[in-house]
Amino acid sequence: MLRPDPATLRRMNDLAGKIRRGVLEQSRAANVGHIGSSLSVVEIIATLWGGLLRHAGTEQPNRDRFVLCKGHAALALYVAMHHAGLMDEATLGTYCADGTHLGVHPEACLAGIDVATGSLGQGLSVACGLAHGLRLRQSPARVFALLSDAECNEGQVWEAAQFAAHHQLSHLTAIIDANGSQALGPTRDVLNLAPMAARWEAFGWDAVEVDGHDTAQLAEALIPRGIGKPRLVVARTLLGKGVGYMENQVAWHYLPMSAVQFEQAMQGLEAVA
Amino acid sequence: MRNALVEQLCLLARDNARIFLLTADLGWSVVEAFAREFPSRFLNVGVAEQNMAGIATGLAMVGYRPFIYSIANFATLRCYEQIRNGPVLHRLPVCVVGIGGGYAYGPAGPTHHAVEDLGALRAMPGMRVVAPADPAQTQTVLSATLCQEDPVYLRVGKGGNATVPGLEGRFQWNAPTIIRRGGDEVLLLATGAMAVEACAAADLLLTHGITASVGVMAHLPPDHTPELVECLSGFSTVLTAEEGTLTGGLSSLVGQAIAREGLGCRLIAAGVSGRLAGPVGSRSYMLGRQGLDPASLATMVLAHGVQSLARAA
Repeated sequence: MLRPDPATLRRMNDLAGKIRRGVLEQSRAANVGHIGSSLSVVEIIATLWGGLLRHAGTEQPNRDRFVLCKGHAALALYVAMHHAGLMDEATLGTYCADGTHLGVHPEACLAGIDVATGSLGQGLSVACGLAHGLRLRQSPARVFALLSDAECNEGQVWEAAQFAAHHQLSHLTAIIDANGSQALGPTRDVLNLAPMAARWEAFGWDAVEVDGHDTAQLAEALIPRGIGKPRLVVARTLLGKGVGYMENQVAWHYLPMSAVQFEQAMQGLEAVA
Repeated sequence: MRNALVEQLCLLARDNARIFLLTADLGWSVVEAFAREFPSRFLNVGVAEQNMAGIATGLAMVGYRPFIYSIANFATLRCYEQIRNGPVLHRLPVCVVGIGGGYAYGPAGPTHHAVEDLGALRAMPGMRVVAPADPAQTQTVLSATLCQEDPVYLRVGKGGNATVPGLEGRFQWNAPTIIRRGGDEVLLLATGAMAVEACAAADLLLTHGITASVGVMAHLPPDHTPELVECLSGFSTVLTAEEGTLTGGLSSLVGQAIAREGLGCRLIAAGVSGRLAGPVGSRSYMLGRQGLDPASLATMVLAHGVQSLARAA
């Protein structure tokens, strides 16, 4: 993909707005949490699903693959898939309802979701396997993996990081939603991973740091570089981005919204729009 | 068994371009033949079993049939959740190959004794757990594995496994293979390399006038099967012999069959008990320590009163 044109960026930003609203609406309807994480990845998902992923949601062998390693942000993905025409509104409305396939963490039975995730640290290895296998099959497909920063606490992430660099999986891109927050506190207090980009560079990745809420910066960072290294994008984000009272508040990793809080959140979005 | 396995894998891979072998840096002098012949379908991922299970998942998603190879504990317990969330959850034809099941690595110490693997893997819905008894059966199992799409746990021995008399490489999913037909009093039913000890125990029982039948149950299905029930219903007593803990393994399977089907068959369960730590030694020493050597197996049968039945007969 070349540098996105203004129309593409507008589409990505428009999609970001829809995802943010959808995340709030479905979270409220289902009365479940994990809102903060779903909001911090909005622009990342919008950049990927707003035009970057090729043949997403199809069965084409050469489709780009997207692995949501931080499965707890699946709601943002569901909403993006809905706006990509892969899921009707009624299905989206079953989020976390009895009998749904739209749980907090994604299942692989839905068109558009190749990998079921939810147990942190495991997705990047699968992405490595996809990337290695696709290259052996001479596929032009790229593989994208979206991790959380706290997910990098898991040792398996670094096993995969070594593998990807050693095998020069340059068509693999990992994006870290660096919202600086994890379940029980700020990442710098729980297990400090700074400097994140430098760690990945030391493992042989081509690392870059961007504003994770800026689709132009994200899109540019996701352009293939063809330098024989896997790409790592540290996307600096805010937990709960877009909802003032949630931003950077650890509690919104888990909390559901009350009706009043939902109204307040939606009004805040409209004011910004 | 491991050599027979890789030899057969090479053979099959010549006609099956989906076969892919991954190792977590184990298999010296075993995996090289495959690596030489199929370099693009071989990966040594380094000492990283969890990553290996994930990579295999991704490879299977794009059409390969990965075999992931390591010492049994490392291939299963180290990456248990990765196997669950990868091949099992997505129903992918990944074959987990556990080398040195049971006490094959006896002197290596308790970290290398794979005694929970059969029960642990059998607990995963959709996982096919197989412990072949000898090299020839290992090769048959390998071919059978390629004829279906479920994930498989293939637990094999190390090197130098004896041939089980009468087995002749036969294998069937869900069913025991009877390798020695005796009377209808006792069936010695073994899984994995314990079939050799079961045969030797049957020889010892002969000296006590008991003509035991011997069977091999290489596949340990999640639930008892009609084939197993039919087999058990022909005997008064069954002794299960397994190189692993009794929880979830062969004796659990047989016990479940007897209890749920109301069979009149008495179960004697021979397996690993006690704590993991303790003195170590060769496989035969470890089997002796656990009461799994042929003499102990025969004694267990006699101690359960089968002797008197034989006398009565």
